[in-house]
Amino acid sequence: MKRFIGFIKKEFYHIFRDRRSLFILFGMPIAQILLFGFAITNEINNVDIAILDHSKDATTKEIINKMASSKYFSIHQFIEKESDIEAVFKKGKVKAVLNFEKGFSENLIKENYANIQVITDATDPNTANTISNYVNAILQNYLKEQNKSSVQVYQIVPQTHMVYNPELKSVYMFVPGVMTIILMLVSAMMTSISITREKELGTMEILLVSPLKPIQVIVGKVFPYIFLSIINAIVIIVLSIFIFKMPVQGSLFLLGMESVLFIITALALGILISTISATQQTAMMISLMGLMLPVILLSGFIFPITSMPLPLQIISNIIPAKWFIIIIKGIMLKGVGLQYVWKETLILLGMAVFFIGLSVKKYKIRLE
Amino acid sequence: MSIKIANISKSYKKVNALKNISFEVKSGELFGLIGPDGAGKTTLFRILTTLLIANEGVASVAGFDVITDYKSIRKNVGYMPGKFSLYQDLTVEENLDFFATIFGTTIEENYDLIKDIYIQIEPFKNRRAGKLSGGMKQKLALCCALIHKPKVLFLDEPTTGVDPVSRKEFWEMLKRLQQKGITILVSTPYMDEAALCDRIALIQGGKILEIDTPAAIVKHYLKPIYNVSANNMYQLVNSLKAYEYNHSVYPFGEFVHYTDRRSDFNPAELKVYLESKKLSNITIEKTVATIEDTFMELAK
Repeated sequence: MKRFIGFIKKEFYHIFRDRRSLFILFGMPIAQILLFGFAITNEINNVDIAILDHSKDATTKEIINKMASSKYFSIHQFIEKESDIEAVFKKGKVKAVLNFEKGFSENLIKENYANIQVITDATDPNTANTISNYVNAILQNYLKEQNKSSVQVYQIVPQTHMVYNPELKSVYMFVPGVMTIILMLVSAMMTSISITREKELGTMEILLVSPLKPIQVIVGKVFPYIFLSIINAIVIIVLSIFIFKMPVQGSLFLLGMESVLFIITALALGILISTISATQQTAMMISLMGLMLPVILLSGFIFPITSMPLPLQIISNIIPAKWFIIIIKGIMLKGVGLQYVWKETLILLGMAVFFIGLSVKKYKIRLE
Repeated sequence: MSIKIANISKSYKKVNALKNISFEVKSGELFGLIGPDGAGKTTLFRILTTLLIANEGVASVAGFDVITDYKSIRKNVGYMPGKFSLYQDLTVEENLDFFATIFGTTIEENYDLIKDIYIQIEPFKNRRAGKLSGGMKQKLALCCALIHKPKVLFLDEPTTGVDPVSRKEFWEMLKRLQQKGITILVSTPYMDEAALCDRIALIQGGKILEIDTPAAIVKHYLKPIYNVSANNMYQLVNSLKAYEYNHSVYPFGEFVHYTDRRSDFNPAELKVYLESKKLSNITIEKTVATIEDTFMELAK
């Protein structure tokens, strides 16, 4: 036990003396969460639109006022003819044009029917989609107000209700994803690098020619990173609660335990990587390419798994991050308990046991 | 016997690093493995320290088999690899403390063993190991290899890249450690260090050329050997190599070591030949063979 503590003490010296890595270790989660939270967002605010009003009557004015007074849009300019539409889009500032047909008000009253064309700049498809949805919502809203006063028959109004993230805040989606990426990166990459560094510097030779058991070396290597990863997880959760007002509906304790389980899985992967790579460079490349990309692309963090082609859907099952994201989304957003995520937890546990077993078995007691 | 090596062979993918090597090292002996780079010294060290498995043959260290009893060997030997293998970002004291801890001991417990050496690096004990000079690094590495009081000490080229003064000090330390009953197997490419060992094995190309005491090995060199010098070293070597009766010609410091094929060699005759090659200030004197001469002869 004394040997083990001595080993861990040495590991902490390494970590705390390497200022740059330490900075990355703790700077990265904060930077990432802030970036994802503030900069990368699906919400729209103050989008510039242009108006082409062929009728210029009371109704269109009212609708335009509604648009302008919402915080989502600001009227950038009024244009006079169809041919100007192309021109304003080309300038790039205007993202949408509302085109009211001639005699808008008249048509609405006489025929109960009027046309408005919504043209959006779909160079960014997500934004275009969101804009058209928002415009629709504002129009529906206006109609509803109008219909209160008049007699209206037969109208189907769908009442869409978004649960768990009613305001569709993108940060709610990013926090679990970023947390997964960071825990994966810190745990797997840092451990694999710290083990291969010993190989590269030749100190592994001395460690092997000592009474230290393989399991002591492995556990001694991962222990400090379990500790650091837990701190990272706490930092991320605290940031998302206090800066982005992200709710944690479920039990914090369960969230913590699941995180530890995921950290251990990632660490085992890191050890496995270190057994197959001879240099720190290789270890880093394998960690980045072999772990980061699948975590970002196939875990359902950014791209929904259900819309992937079938082979990719099947592959996504072997990615631990997928299961962890399901679990923490459940706990944080839906407030579910273990009875709802036990299956995912069990899969993660199985993966952890498998990888630890494999890496202990693959750990070399000699040089070749 | 402290180390027994019998018919050890080891080959990597393409290279035969060791070819059927056998020798023994007595308890308490200071045994030198002398040979150039690539001779197979490091491979042999790694087999003995249980880091590699030989393709053929058996070996034991301190009575333990290197394969079946590798765990016992790892408790009882000290190993200093050729490359500086301590933690550069840890201080002198932290390194020493770490190695003491993983071997289940403390600095205080075995302080008397390392005292002579440690006292020299103690003024720098709070300096990071990476910032030490070459000689200091070697002393620290030796302390770390000694801290658990090993029965057998393996030193792989401990003085390579170390200045002459530190090298001399280092060998004095080895002598003192030997007196404390530690068996030492040391490798070096420097022939002058060979003379300081009890016995040496000359190794080249994975084969042992000769094993004996340094004095006996020199005696094996039967041909009379001459120190030849002249005003132009480069031309002297070329002229001697062109001389029809030459047996061996090796530059050796300010002299050239020369041996002749004839048993009735007359130095005056050689002098005449060299003068004909427009060399002046020629001296030819009989000298005693060194280990290097023996090595060169055996390696021919």
